[in-house]
Amino acid sequence: MTTATRRDVLIGSGIVTGALVVPVALGAGRSRAAGAPALAGNAWLGVDAAGQVTLALPKTEMGQGILTTITMIAAEELAVRPDQVKVSIPDGDAARFAPLSQETGGSTSVREVWQPLRQAGARARAALVAAAARQWGVADAQCDAQGGAVVHLPSGKTLPYAALVASAAAAPLPSDAPVRPASAYKVIGRFQRRLDGDAKARGTAEFGIDVVVPGMKFATLAVCPIFGGTLAGVDEAAARAVSGVTGVIRGKDVVYILADNTWAARQGLAAARPQWTAPPALAGAQHAPIIAAVAAALDQPGFVATTSGDLDAARKGAAHRFSATYTQPFLAHATMEPGNCVAHVHDGQCEIWTGSQVPSDARKAAAKRLDLALDKVTLHNRLMGGGFGRRLESDLVERCVDLARHVPFPVKLIWSREEDMAHDWYRPAYADRIDIALGADGTIAAWEHKIAGSSIIARLMGSAFKGVDDDVVEGAITPLYAAAARKVTFQQVESLVPTSWWRGVGPLRSAFVMESAVDEVAHLIGADPIAFRLAHIADPRAQVVLKTVRALSDWAESPAPGVGRGVSVIHLWDTYMAAVAEVHVDKDRQITVKRVTVAVDCGQVISPSGVIAQIDSGVIFGTSAALYGEITIADGRVEQSNFHDYRVLRINEAPRIHTTVIDNHEQPGGMGEPPNAVIFPALANAVFAATGKRVRALPLQKGLLTA
Amino acid sequence: MPKVGSIMAVTLTINGERRSFDASPDMPLLWLLRDVARLTGTKFGCAAGLCGACSVLVDGVRVFGCQTPASAAVGKAITTIEGLTTQPLGKALIAAWNEVDVVQCGYCQPGQIVAAAALIADNPQPDDAAIDAGMSGNICRCGTYPRIRAAIRRAAELHAGDRA
Repeated sequence: MTTATRRDVLIGSGIVTGALVVPVALGAGRSRAAGAPALAGNAWLGVDAAGQVTLALPKTEMGQGILTTITMIAAEELAVRPDQVKVSIPDGDAARFAPLSQETGGSTSVREVWQPLRQAGARARAALVAAAARQWGVADAQCDAQGGAVVHLPSGKTLPYAALVASAAAAPLPSDAPVRPASAYKVIGRFQRRLDGDAKARGTAEFGIDVVVPGMKFATLAVCPIFGGTLAGVDEAAARAVSGVTGVIRGKDVVYILADNTWAARQGLAAARPQWTAPPALAGAQHAPIIAAVAAALDQPGFVATTSGDLDAARKGAAHRFSATYTQPFLAHATMEPGNCVAHVHDGQCEIWTGSQVPSDARKAAAKRLDLALDKVTLHNRLMGGGFGRRLESDLVERCVDLARHVPFPVKLIWSREEDMAHDWYRPAYADRIDIALGADGTIAAWEHKIAGSSIIARLMGSAFKGVDDDVVEGAITPLYAAAARKVTFQQVESLVPTSWWRGVGPLRSAFVMESAVDEVAHLIGADPIAFRLAHIADPRAQVVLKTVRALSDWAESPAPGVGRGVSVIHLWDTYMAAVAEVHVDKDRQITVKRVTVAVDCGQVISPSGVIAQIDSGVIFGTSAALYGEITIADGRVEQSNFHDYRVLRINEAPRIHTTVIDNHEQPGGMGEPPNAVIFPALANAVFAATGKRVRALPLQKGLLTA
Repeated sequence: MPKVGSIMAVTLTINGERRSFDASPDMPLLWLLRDVARLTGTKFGCAAGLCGACSVLVDGVRVFGCQTPASAAVGKAITTIEGLTTQPLGKALIAAWNEVDVVQCGYCQPGQIVAAAALIADNPQPDDAAIDAGMSGNICRCGTYPRIRAAIRRAAELHAGDRA
């Protein structure tokens, strides 16, 4: 895989003649306004004059492996090896990709791309086949694409794509062509090594933080640690006295130190000793009242997300009634690559280099900040050293252009780890109350679920927000468990803590609460937690993943003293997943996760290695957060600062993970988020099994020590 | 006003090459390598010796580049990921990393591979306990740890084969 050049982009826009370019109609199925013509060219699959297959979709790479996955899909339809496809990460360009947002997140990529990309590939293949058939004077049906060429099957003669592209491009593009059937797959579902793995391992891949622009200076920053506070003073002379420091730039709530290198900038910032000020309401904000306000919001009626049946009637004569409140803390993303951005503002224009999950939004944000027309701003998107939702916000770019507008040269702005953690957009703190009534016949009669917390959707929608956050209630309104009566409500409650998307998003919150509660109900009536779930879940695909983890996790065997196993199952992001976590809790109540058994049905698997990698990833990322993750507030500021006080799993703490992938050809589901969602409740349930203590307030380790 | 932190000529041996830089001798190797020597395979993660993304070898010993002033490496052999991957052990590690398909976001991986090189140099056939102990200074947020374990075992095999 190589990075596309300007010329490739021109090919993509159809400006270069002699190339076959097929629009990938992303978003066609979701578009309300635009018809097919408006979609043409929003993303493209091409074969250039040299026969090179090129691909550019509005999806970017943060570790999830999407560039490899989309390349595999294109390679399948165009009968080439994945490493023969040139795939690029496009610049930020909302107009080009409209009506689809140029956004990578929410486990949406494969689900969005699967059908239109295969269709585009099939049309390109049909065009090449038709060109060869015309040249040979044979029927299209006698020809097929194989190994980057078209083969006349009866005779075995071949023509490489390079010899066919001009003719194929000159003819009308076939309006439709059948995609390859699953029975013929040669790439999809087969082992494929990540295409970007080698360069990343060697340290030659270019992340945003690695960008070097001629004449570039380095900078770092400090933003007022109190949310909403401002800069009161800075010892500019002391900063400038540090060798290599070339400038001190103040903003309302920020100070930037410019220097010849990052070290000098960091030394300069330490010397500058910025002073801050904030009104008492902000400077006096403390964690406990913030969290208490979230829980208190559960006592409000809330806005109804879904309701069916009559809860009161269904509760009459209930054989068992269960109610509990669960709380989940603010969380930081803590991507390995701290915040960074390179920008050059000059001559009424701005050029930006960064890694963003929303490159077109970030470009727009920069244009707005600089009061420039959008076409005066260019954003080159780069590989991200982790995203997890952090790079769905544009503040890193905004801060960088705020600085870059003051200097004539390009500047690379790097956040310290401490700044990155103090000024993240945190996963909201939530409180949930769930009330489940079992009828005399053992079925779930009533299920009431109240949710309170910050609403990211409300922030994004503004006045259009009507009270129910569709992200927060996702999963909660589509449970695997049937109930005669059901009601789910949401109540927004905000604090000074900024919130945004975090891997697993709303459904992760839902999954922790629902799968903890179902486990509690099973134990309440003395049922086996897996048997109870199987008895109340009708969906056969969910049944299969549950039965698979039961069979493969030693579920039926009595665990050793101090060891407990916990199960959970989800159907989210069009993926079914079950997990059994096995934990050990020692005499000091320290939790160790020994092993995790996962079964996944994500429909048609495109990259088997990628699917298993995502499970390792989500399980370990989720275990870090479920056991230890918590951002706390004192005096209006975040208390955590680096990996010593925001603990994440290390290799010696990582569980053994055994994954089974269910083989089928259903529509592909998402894989970035689900393992992170399934592991939280599995761990909580395992801790209960090991200790008899039910932790309803995350993180688990702290909750167990205070239980 | 005199400047704090004098800049002087600092001569270092990086990947077998003697190079001189105008830099503060106090500057940690991390920033000297990235910003001055323009070897960006060494990554910034925490600048506090907590994550290992900046790992480099100094006379064959793994150090955190963020905690090692340039002056401490004068007269010693500095090996970064760029140099390591030209050596037999580095080649074995890259081959194993690719074979096992370890990488996700990839940002921590050069540091992981440098740490793995020091581990295998010290213990040519590490078992899982030795791998866990030797690699616990390096954080991966993507959770590639299971494949790192497998890749180190595989690299040890490949490297032993090279030397046989």
